[in-house]
Order: sequence, then C-alpha cells, then structure tokens
Amino acid sequence: MSNTSTTPKKNGFLAGTANYVDERVGVGGILKEFGRKIFPDHWSFMLGEVALYSFLVLLLSGTFLTFFFDPSMAETIYEGSYAPLKGAHMSVAYSSSLDISFEVRGGLLMRQVHHWSALLFVAAAGLHMLRVFFTGAFRKPRELNWVVGFVLFVLGMAAGFTGYSLPDDLLSGNGLRIIDGMMKGVPFVGTSISAGLFGGEFPGTAIVGRLYSLHIMLVPALILVFLALHLFMLVIHKHTHYSGPGKKDTNVVGYPLMPVYVAKAGGFFFIVFGAIMLIATFFTINPIWNYGGYDPSPVSAGTQPDWYIGWLDGALRLAPTGIEFMIGDYTVSTNILLPLVVSLVFLAIVAVYPFIENWVTGDKREHHVLDRPRNAPTRTAIGAAGVTFYAVLWAGASTDLIATNFKMSLNQVLVSMQIALIVLPFVAFFVTKRICLALQRKDREIAIHGRESGRIVRLPHGEYIEVHEPLEPHDLYKLVDFKDYKPTLARPNAQGKITFSSRIRASLSKFYFEDRIAPATQTEIDEAAHHNHEIEAEVKKAIEASK
Amino acid sequence: MMKKKINGMRRSPKALGIVLFAGLLAVGTGYTAVNAAVSPKVQSVRTAEEIALGKKLFLSNCSSCHGKNAEGTANAPSLIGVGEASVDFQVSTGRMPGAASGPQLEVKPVQFTEEQTSAMAAYIGSLADGPSIPDAAYLQANGNPTVGGELFRINCAMCHNAGGAGGALTEGKYAPNLMKSSAKTIYEAMVTGPQNMPVFNEANITPEEKNDIITYLTYLQNNRSVGGEELGNLGPVVEGLLAWLGLLGLLVTITVWLGAKSN
Repeated sequence: MSNTSTTPKKNGFLAGTANYVDERVGVGGILKEFGRKIFPDHWSFMLGEVALYSFLVLLLSGTFLTFFFDPSMAETIYEGSYAPLKGAHMSVAYSSSLDISFEVRGGLLMRQVHHWSALLFVAAAGLHMLRVFFTGAFRKPRELNWVVGFVLFVLGMAAGFTGYSLPDDLLSGNGLRIIDGMMKGVPFVGTSISAGLFGGEFPGTAIVGRLYSLHIMLVPALILVFLALHLFMLVIHKHTHYSGPGKKDTNVVGYPLMPVYVAKAGGFFFIVFGAIMLIATFFTINPIWNYGGYDPSPVSAGTQPDWYIGWLDGALRLAPTGIEFMIGDYTVSTNILLPLVVSLVFLAIVAVYPFIENWVTGDKREHHVLDRPRNAPTRTAIGAAGVTFYAVLWAGASTDLIATNFKMSLNQVLVSMQIALIVLPFVAFFVTKRICLALQRKDREIAIHGRESGRIVRLPHGEYIEVHEPLEPHDLYKLVDFKDYKPTLARPNAQGKITFSSRIRASLSKFYFEDRIAPATQTEIDEAAHHNHEIEAEVKKAIEASK
Repeated sequence: MMKKKINGMRRSPKALGIVLFAGLLAVGTGYTAVNAAVSPKVQSVRTAEEIALGKKLFLSNCSSCHGKNAEGTANAPSLIGVGEASVDFQVSTGRMPGAASGPQLEVKPVQFTEEQTSAMAAYIGSLADGPSIPDAAYLQANGNPTVGGELFRINCAMCHNAGGAGGALTEGKYAPNLMKSSAKTIYEAMVTGPQNMPVFNEANITPEEKNDIITYLTYLQNNRSVGGEELGNLGPVVEGLLAWLGLLGLLVTITVWLGAKSN
C-alpha cells in the first residue's frame, strides 16, 4: 500500500491521455511548433480576429436557424401568433421565418444574433482590410494573402446577400427584384442568366430554395476554405509588427501563442460573442413581420440592402439617367451597366493593388515591419481617395433617409452626391497626402532637434532661445526607421529601347515618390545634437555667471 | 277687328315677371330635389351660429391666403368643396395655418380649440359639399388587421414605408411617419388626399377597408417591436450604422484596451 505514495504517479489520467494521443498523431510536436508561434501585440491586429469570431457565431446561430427554416415557396396560410398576418396567404419560407420569430423558443434572439453578426463579420473584415492596406501589410510576401482576404470579403457580401433574401418578405423580395433587374441589364446574356437563376420569370417558385443551398452550403464552405488558406498563410508568413527598437524585417517580436494568446484570444472570442448577444437582445434587426410576405406589386419606401451591399445600391441610385440608347431593337441599359462596370473596376483595383505598388517600387525585398501610414504618403492618399469613393456610394444608398431626416430635397441630395462622387476622392487624395507630408516633416524636425521643452532662456547678450530636449533612443527609433523610395527613371532594356511599360512605370514612380521627406540621418541628428550641446553649455555658463 | 286681335295677342307687362318667377321656382326646387337625391350623405347638422363663428375665424386667420370667400388666391388654393374633413385634418394636426411656404406644410402645435376647428369646418362645409368628418363607426380600429396590412402595403407603403415610418418624395416633400397619427387623421387623409397624397375615395377603398387599414396601423402603434428597440423602423441603413458605430466601435475600444501595454 505504501509504495503507491512513494513512487511518483507516472501515468495520471491527463498525462496518460496526452501520451496516448501523442504516440499516435504526434500532437506534441505540433503543439510545440504552434505553442511557440510568436504574435506581436497591437490593438489593430485584433480586427481580423473580430471577423473570425463573428463568423463562428454565424455558424452556430445559422445552424440553429436551419433546424426551423423551410426554404419552400409553396403557398400557405399563416396561422401563427402575429395578429396582423393571421390568415394571410404567404410562402412557406416566410411563414417559417415568422415561426422562428414568434413560436420557436429563442428563435427571434437567434435570428437577430445571426443577422447582427453578419453585419459585424463584413464590417470587421472591411476594417481589417483597411488596416492591412494603410500599414502596407500586403507587401511581399503577403500579396497572395491580400487576394485571399479580398475574396473572403466578397464571399462575405455573397453570404450576406443570399441570407438577406431567404425570409421571402417584402424587403428581401424587393432586393431580389433589383438584382434581377441588374442581371437583365447585362447585354445579350442578361435575360438568360436571370431566367436560369430564377427558374423562369421573376420571382418564380425556385429562388428561395436555390439561394438557401448557396447560403448554407456553397458560400460558407468557400469561406471556410479561404479562411483556412488565410490563416495558413498567416502562420507561414508570421505576423507583421510595427517598427520599434529590435523589430526588424527578419524577426517577429511579441508573445507566444501558448499560453498568452490562447488565453487572450479565447477570452476575446467570448467578448465578441457577448457583445453580439447584447446588441441582439436590445435592438431589433430586420423586423420581417412588418414587411409582409413578398408580392411583386408593392414596394416599400426606405427599401435598402444591408450595409455591405449599400455601395452597390448607391452606385445604381447615383447613375445618371437618360443615357440609355438603342441599337436596332435592343436597348443598352447604360444606367445599369455603368454602375455595374464602375463597381467591378473598383473591386478589381482593390484586388490587384499590391501588385501595382510592387511593380512601381520594383521592391523585391520581404517586408515584415509595417509602415506608419504617413511614411507612405501616396499610398495613404490613394487609400483615402478609395475610402471616400466607397463612402459616397455607400451614402448614396440612403439618399431618401438623408433627405427626410435632414429636411433636404431628395433631388438636391442626389445631385450633390453625384458631384461628390467625382470630386471628393481627389480632395481626399490631396488633403491626405499633404497631411502625411506635414506629419513626416514634423517627425523629421523632432528627430533632429528634439522635443520642445517649453523652457525659454535669455542669453547674456539678450537672445531668447527655446531649449529642445533630445529624444530617448526608443522614441527616436520609430521616427527614423522607415523605407524611403526615390522616383526611378525609365531605363532602356537589353535592346537599348525604352519600352512603353517602363515609361508608364517611371511616371507612376514619379507620381508615388516625387514628393518625399527623407528620414533624418544619423549625421543630421549628430550635428543637431552637437549644436544643442553648445547651446546647453552657453546656457549653463550664463547661469553660473549670474550666481 | 284687327286691333282687337292684336290687343288679345299682346302680353301684359306683368307676364314677363310671372313667367320668370315661375321658371326660376321650378328650376330651383327641381335642382334642390335632384341634388338632395343624388348627394350621398347629408352633412352633419350645423347651426347658423357655428357657421357664423367659423366664418369669423376664417376671415381673421385664413382669408389672407385663401381669399375672403375661400375662393383661393395666387398663394393658396380655393377651399370651396374641400369638405369638412379637409379642414379638420389640416387644422387639428397643426399644419394649418401654415407658418411659411415651403415644399410641404409641417405638423406643429395645434392653434385652435376643437370647437373653433369644428366651426371652421362647418363654415367651409357650408360653402359646398365635400368629404365630411368620418363616421365614428369606422374609427374603432376593430376591423381585420391582415386585410388592412395587405391594403397598406399595396396602397400606402411605397411612400409611408411598410412599417409606417414615412419616406422621401421629390424636391423636399415627404410622406410623414404614421406612428402617432390618430384614426380620424388617417381616415381624413385618405378621403381628402392632403398635399401630395392621392385621394382614396370610397370606390378605391371602402370605409370598411379604411377601418381595416386603421386597425393595422393602430396595431403597429400599440405593439412596438418584439425584438427590442426598433431604431425608428428605418431599415437596414440604421442597422448598418449601429453595427459599425455601436457594435464594431465597442469591440475596437475593447481591442485597444486589450492591446494597451500594462504599466
């Protein structure tokens, strides 16, 4: 009996299990590798995490909803508990959505959780993309991961839209009608595409079932695949970090996954989940019972898509009218084609931006230290212009609400936005670029001359000077550590010819790097420090003399 | 002989007056009789004093724009034939008297007592027939809300929004929010078609169906969203705004807190 207490317990339950699993799938090695993965600490690195966690919430709440939702467009008579629809003819899809809201225990909460987390998923992904863009995290080696992220964003929009259309209420039907119209506006093939999707003339009896298959199977599966790719590449590339002492393109400075980030991220998941639960508890989202079942004749005022489709709706609203023309018997619906083309071009530019910038700089180095936005003035300005363009389109989707709530004329709001769509991106570009350059100048000034101390000293000969205090090396680091590109000239190739593409490249390079503030060099800092010392000495002497 | 004949044929000077009188009498009574038979309903009984008070109020408050005899001016339309319902709708919601010319008259604090409003309605009603104050039987909100909801979505939602939250029209005009409108106001708006609203007469929507619509709207007014705060019923734009500023804003604040270096 006594030897049980003296010999160390070799195979406790946990250790035993761990050993069993390790011997079979080598989990120890995996954990060792992953557990030591280093992640840097910064709030802006958690935005993608918010998107990831809201996707998990989407999967959980969505699974619950599939238990009760019936995507059939067969006609039924509503017998549920919502009085103003009792006895109404409607589709089974709408009736089951109403039952989820009114009869299923916790159903309305889950519907609201699902919808709010969908809005959050795309919003967090968008903000994450902006962070990646403005810090230059898309540079080599991460260009492909940018594209994967971009695909995820578009898939998020697709998932959202297919979901929005499922309840078969008036709002979702109106949204589908717009999509139907956009498809029909595509020359030659549009009508066939629409007929193929809807299984005949709009609305038909097939669309909800088809969108349901896409919404719960294909789109989430694609999102999962791209999410896996995204995270896989994140592990391969390792995470970027902001510049600071000891932080280089060849290392990652931060904390290990185990135990720091496992605990932090695990906790953060519950914070995100909790925040979604709170908003879903206290705020109604998409009150489908207000809209009634879909019927192609009525359209409600204030019919809008969810926010992430808003910019496309805005593009439709802001498109100039009266530019349609006929070729023979065929109408070319430019009022639909123009916004369609503009949005696709915008998306395409977003998708390929890393390659454009890489081509212009010709920089083949790996970049793991992030840029401060001010240190890449032209990129930051391009980003600001893009954000402005998107924002005006986005606001364009709510022209009617802006008009009524701010007591303005709908027509004038529309025209102002059409002008703003063209003008504001340029304004944003120039203003942002100037702000970046000014901040860079300020940084350079502080790096060379030190911080203003606020101490004004009068020298014996009557001169007043303000004493500048030199920076701590730690603070100095991020002011001077950035890459400085210079515009390149068009160079002849091996045949001695200056090609057209090299000319374009040279002019783009000029556009990017013509206005530049060089980082303060060590010589400049030393010289200034020397000068500072002289002044300090003079000040000291003066103080001594006055005693 | 000749003379006598002529004399006999000659009309007496009084004859013209007698014939004229008889003719006018016949036409007048005939018109009144026919009119009474054709007119669908009799206006509510109004006393002469009420009409006189209404005229007095009209002259001092409305006539500068609508003309001394309600015949209209360049600034405002004629009120002859607009009916009592129209006066009651415009005055009891505070839209009239209008404060300033603009794209649309705004709802503002009511300026007249119920008696005064009623007297003015009586005066305008006395000028010519028009939609009268609705029968209380149709204002009980005891109809069929399902039919009412369907009628509302087909006839009203394109301007007033499916949730009755209102919506934009052209050039600064708008369809107002209906969540605070009384049954009487809703009915009167349908029969008089104020400002940009079309008239929904009894052939379009019967009084019973109007009652159904009122029943539906009253249900919405009394039963706010079961899903929590409804954000003005303005739909996905406001939801998106809250998702960005509220939800994502909160989470970004938390990330900043999580990312902050401990001291």
